[in-house]
Amino acid sequence: MNPTLDQLIAQFTELIGPEAFAAAAAPAVPPSPPAATAVGTTGASPAAGGGVPVAAAKPAPAPAAPPPPLQATQHALKGYDLDARVAPNQVVDAARLLDRAGFAIDAVTGVDWLAQEEMEIVYDYFHPSQSLRMVVRTRVPRAAPELPSISGVFPGANWHERETHDFFGIRFAGHPNLKPFLLPEDANFHPLRKDYTP
Amino acid sequence: MIATRETVSAAPAAQGPQETFVLNLGPQHPAAHGVLRVLMTMEGEWIQRAEPVIGYIHRMHEKMGENRTWAKFLPNTSRIDYLSAMHYTHAFVGAVERAMKIEVPLRAEYARVITSELNRISSHMVWWGALLLDLGGFTPILYAFDDREKILDLLEGLCGARLTYCYYRFGGLYNDVDDEFLRGTRDFVQHLRPRLKMYRDLVTDNVILRKRLTNIGPIDAEMCRRYGATGPVIRGAGVPYDVRRMEPYSVYPRLDFKVPMYPECDSMARYLVRMDEMEQSLRIIEQALDQIPTGPFLAPKVPRVLRLPAGDYSYAVEAARGRFMVRIVSDGKEIPYRVRLRAPSFSNLSLYEEASRGMILPDALAMMGSLDLVIPDIDR
Amino acid sequence: MTFLSLEPIRVLLYLVGICAFVGANAAYLVLAERKGAGRIQRRPGPNEAGWAGWMQPLADGLKLLAKQIMVPPGTDSLLFRLAPLLVMAPPLMCLVTIPFGENVVARDLNLGLLLVFSFGSINVMALMLGGWASRNKYAIISAARVVSQNVAYEIPMLLVVITLLMMTGTMSLQEITAQQAGGFWHWNLFKLWVNPLMPVTFVIFFTCMLAETNRAPFDMAEAESELVAGAFTEYGGMGFGVFFMAEYANIVVGCCLATVLFLGGWQSPIGILSSGAWGLLWFFLKTYALILTVIWIRWTFPRTQFYSLLNLSWKILIPLSLATLLLTGAMMKLPLLWRALS
Repeated sequence: MNPTLDQLIAQFTELIGPEAFAAAAAPAVPPSPPAATAVGTTGASPAAGGGVPVAAAKPAPAPAAPPPPLQATQHALKGYDLDARVAPNQVVDAARLLDRAGFAIDAVTGVDWLAQEEMEIVYDYFHPSQSLRMVVRTRVPRAAPELPSISGVFPGANWHERETHDFFGIRFAGHPNLKPFLLPEDANFHPLRKDYTP
Repeated sequence: MIATRETVSAAPAAQGPQETFVLNLGPQHPAAHGVLRVLMTMEGEWIQRAEPVIGYIHRMHEKMGENRTWAKFLPNTSRIDYLSAMHYTHAFVGAVERAMKIEVPLRAEYARVITSELNRISSHMVWWGALLLDLGGFTPILYAFDDREKILDLLEGLCGARLTYCYYRFGGLYNDVDDEFLRGTRDFVQHLRPRLKMYRDLVTDNVILRKRLTNIGPIDAEMCRRYGATGPVIRGAGVPYDVRRMEPYSVYPRLDFKVPMYPECDSMARYLVRMDEMEQSLRIIEQALDQIPTGPFLAPKVPRVLRLPAGDYSYAVEAARGRFMVRIVSDGKEIPYRVRLRAPSFSNLSLYEEASRGMILPDALAMMGSLDLVIPDIDR
Repeated sequence: MTFLSLEPIRVLLYLVGICAFVGANAAYLVLAERKGAGRIQRRPGPNEAGWAGWMQPLADGLKLLAKQIMVPPGTDSLLFRLAPLLVMAPPLMCLVTIPFGENVVARDLNLGLLLVFSFGSINVMALMLGGWASRNKYAIISAARVVSQNVAYEIPMLLVVITLLMMTGTMSLQEITAQQAGGFWHWNLFKLWVNPLMPVTFVIFFTCMLAETNRAPFDMAEAESELVAGAFTEYGGMGFGVFFMAEYANIVVGCCLATVLFLGGWQSPIGILSSGAWGLLWFFLKTYALILTVIWIRWTFPRTQFYSLLNLSWKILIPLSLATLLLTGAMMKLPLLWRALS
């Protein structure tokens, strides 16, 4: 129930699959890899909690190369220890993995990347008995934002997903009760979308 | 309508022998502490299903964050959970400082700890009084407010506000902690110790209170984990989870304090956790008062208009109700791209539906009181 | 003093007197309660209207009178209006037989105690009607609670009273008072040689009285943090005001009865100075001491759970009062048996 960072990295490397790492590595080496070290498919992991703190000076808005799908970050710099980017259909598996590892659901939220025509869904997890924070993120196309719900694994995600649906219009397939939550009952708008005008 | 043979026999028999009704508790209900509405499907006084309906004072702070500068959003954070404003501003300020890599002077960090812990005590006092009101004891809240008033006076002297403090700034504080405040805080600590003992004698050891809270509303560690419940709720379930220890921030690592923890999982455990936390907060304040150094209270050269480096950053603090996390996403401009506020009451309430199943109404309300909900915190 | 013996005038005087007594008590006990609460909570309490707040009951009463009594649509409007009247009438009737002084009693019936308890039971029905007629879920839950609570507490109370009846041998309240003459050690509360459990009996009686009058910590019927205002949720204006007054009138009756049954009524605690106005003084001193205790309890304790309230009655109070009943019987009859044997 108390996994080390290395174990988590190994498990997530397996979950994400080598293709994703290859895809991330393919489009040229980014001039300054953001945030931290990439964790290669070989499992050559950096020291736990380590990583190279480079995050700061990066003026470009981020249209550059996609960062590697699994990064061990420094808590002092980012506020979390491990950052995993998974495919939309892998979020439930990721949640199960973290559930088995004893993590607790912290929050689920979205970010609307209007320029890239994408919606990012961010799952925050914390560990109740260990100083370990984990972020799982995924992106769905903005035109049809839909991905499976993790409320079957973490019932606490139920409300977070409803809220995310309210604010971003992201549909969580398999969610038991995806009706307006914080917004009025008849709300058909999604205020946190960047193109929303009241 | 008079119940004749016809009307009785015409009543729907398909519903089976049990008769349930829906009790619409709130949004204006004395136990709802604001505008929480709970749709309760009841069988007599037994709750079959209690579904919280929230959003009545939803203010969309997260959207507000996206159309004003970092500094202008700061006052908003103290209005989310108005009872622990210090912690919330601390989280936001901390997130921005983390992104900008601002080194906060030590004096400011100690002042933050002192004011945060004072705020925690004042928040717990409101909870204590309100819980007793829920249980039908009217007097304790006035005793608690009597003492809380002294905290508010102290904090008012620092930043001018009595409730929605906006005392922290990026890189330090709004102004320096003066000797008057430090002396007043020291006096307050001396004053509160015997008062806490009186609270215990008067209320905590009361047999009716014990009966109303012991073995009521079990919330175990597993449920807390699955729902993300934190703060006194998870500590009342036997898990010593405290952000001050798990993700140390500010100068908490330098201070010696215990994380109160009770394994009973019931409402009384959550009650005792909070009562012990007040004592621990006093300990923290005393140590911080002894250790606070002289020096600047604001980091030098913090730009007036902040442009955070692109990326996302999060910062969590232990607020009075549990883990409060701010996740900010910056695209390098002077206004945030996204501000995510993870409120502890939101997660703590989300387990209510599961936890209250099969409870009797007064017990369910006692349990709700022991969760210490602040509705603006849930709705944001 | 011959005109007092004229029956119609006497009846009229007592009628006015009792109504005035109940009215004044209801009004000023609210003030006393608020002042007492203020004292307990370290605040002044109402102090604006009149000298130190003494006009507050008048202000409250005027406000309530000026308010429209709303009858919500869909209610049984007859029962809805009848309930406040029904709840107010029994305490008035009960006071008929209470001896306030040596000669101050409206009617000294020889079945006085029976009358008090039979009228006292109507109170429950009135609250139930009010709750039912309101057509409100909180009110109906409250009505159900009131009924089960009152049934549960009527039993130990009556068992305790039967214990007393066995000791006194009469139901006339004036006679019961007369038997307790000659100092506080003659009060029923301290007649330990008849029944050593007498103080326990008094505590049972007082607890049941609190529960019967729906006072904290047994205020299940109102339970404002659970049921908004319970049976009174839909009542406004003087409809609510009458319920409120009836609550205090019931407390007065309960405390008067406790005084008569256990604390010697108008008898002086020192054995002398019991006649005339002195009797009135002693009676009211004792009664108001009890009433202040009721207020004190309310502002000190939280509310009990509903089921532990019922548990308290069925599992503790009823067995205990049965035990005292048996013990009293044994204590009274054993000497006879002894004499018969020897």
